[in-house]
Amino acid sequence: MVMNARIRTLGWLATFSVLVVLSVPWFWWGDSRTAVGIPLWLWWHIGWMGLATVVFYLFTRTDWDRYMGVEDV
Amino acid sequence: MSELSLQLLIVVGYLLLALLVGLVAYRVSTNVAEDYYLANRSIGTLVLLFTTFATLLSAFTFFGGPNIAYAQGPEWILVMGVMDGVLFAILWYLIGYKQWLVGQKQGYVTLSEMLGDRFGSPRLRGLVAGISLFWLFPYIMLQQMGAGEALAGLTGGAIPYWAGAALITAFMILYVVLAGMRGVAWTDTIQGLFMLSVVWIAVAWVLSAVGGPSGATAALGESNPEFLALGSQFYTPQYIISTAVVIAFGVTMFPQINQRFFVAGSSRVLKRSFVLWPVLVLLLFVPTFLLGTWAAGLGIQVPEGENVLPVLLGEYTPVWFAALVIAGAMAAMMSSSDSMLLSGSSYFIRDIYRPFIDPTLGETREAWLARGGVAVFATATFIASLSRPGTLIEVGNTAFGGFAQLTLPVMVALYWQSTTRDGMVAGIVGSQLLYLSHVFVPTVTVEIGATALPLFARTYGGWDVALGGMALGTLLTVGVSLLTTPAADEKASRFVVGAD
Repeated sequence: MVMNARIRTLGWLATFSVLVVLSVPWFWWGDSRTAVGIPLWLWWHIGWMGLATVVFYLFTRTDWDRYMGVEDV
Repeated sequence: MSELSLQLLIVVGYLLLALLVGLVAYRVSTNVAEDYYLANRSIGTLVLLFTTFATLLSAFTFFGGPNIAYAQGPEWILVMGVMDGVLFAILWYLIGYKQWLVGQKQGYVTLSEMLGDRFGSPRLRGLVAGISLFWLFPYIMLQQMGAGEALAGLTGGAIPYWAGAALITAFMILYVVLAGMRGVAWTDTIQGLFMLSVVWIAVAWVLSAVGGPSGATAALGESNPEFLALGSQFYTPQYIISTAVVIAFGVTMFPQINQRFFVAGSSRVLKRSFVLWPVLVLLLFVPTFLLGTWAAGLGIQVPEGENVLPVLLGEYTPVWFAALVIAGAMAAMMSSSDSMLLSGSSYFIRDIYRPFIDPTLGETREAWLARGGVAVFATATFIASLSRPGTLIEVGNTAFGGFAQLTLPVMVALYWQSTTRDGMVAGIVGSQLLYLSHVFVPTVTVEIGATALPLFARTYGGWDVALGGMALGTLLTVGVSLLTTPAADEKASRFVVGAD
């Protein structure tokens, strides 16, 4: 149980870190390809913000309260 | 009707409408301090989301940001996404939710009050309030400068810069004095929704004239192909990371944002706002900044001292629509300023005036004194804004950097019970001194051996000095806390929530 909680916490930490770091597609630095009139790197960012919303939603549904030491309400 | 009178009618009409909403909200509020500042901690999801959002709708969103996108390309959208969409959302949870929980339990109204009580130190309380007011000053000036420039640009100089700034100042004072938090929250919501809609209509209008996004981007590919490539001499990784981190951390300590952390009606409201945040940021900044970038490809020429967005709209949309967008932008700037003034006045009254000048101040008199404080502060920033001490970006960035220095010591205090009063004071004072010296002392270059080392520069190797201040503040807070013992009147249990 304790072990499980620790793995979950590490999972969230990793998820949020990746979410922050890859908001900018660094691997496309200097790339100027476009699709439908918008640079590809901007499409990446738009999709990534959508993904952030999904992750944030899952977080509020699961461990949001646990880390603040309050009972889920 | 002449073009000028139509423009004026729309701008003033819109501002009056906003005032009316504030008056209605005032009718349903009671005249005690908690309602004036916090609308009795009863704000729902939509209103909390938009009122926080609307305080981020500033002169930068409609003027400064599109101007950079016009001159340097659209990468600021990424900066905004990292900063506001993701980092701020995470801080919203780590700082905002924690403060909400603590505030529910202890009844705090301001950040300084919370820290002062926890560390048993009225002086710490006054210090945090004073620092916040100091950095708030330039940011309110920024809105007045933006409004002055916007009206001058819209009317081709028929309304001079000072008159536009004066008009917005008058509305700001009138509005805050009459309405309080409940009124501000309601107009924020209406303005946020309104601005989101008109920005997208503006995009559709401009794009339909130039062959859709592909047409606009093809034109940009001809004139400024470098704008389409990710990154540039201007948008270095250091710049993107520094700006996003400093502003995201700075935003959480802005009085008007930080006070929002106390107003949610329930934790569900905070959760929903947190989830919707990245989407809302995208919906606003993608269209405004892309319009600025596309303007470069469409051969739009921006006269000295004006902003690209009004010029672009003037070219592609009817007069009334351009005026409506400027009116909306001004109203949004007004609501940003309103929230700031309101929070600033509560900092001044509760954390400086009452503890140090008149401890017997009653609730009703407090609410009226707060209104007087707003009028004085707004007039002072108006006078300072007449000298136009820098571009919108420079003034804004300096303020964010100043607030960002407070964030990490506060986070340490919220989560680490061994934080001591001495640690807090050392962290806050140390980081502020470092940052202030770099803002106000001119850069000097010293020669050490063969290398020239700049001192007091705003950036080192492309990294913002504000990041260094944040690191120093954290080190000092933790280090000094380890070396000192808490004073007898410190109450570490104040920040413990739940399971007790």
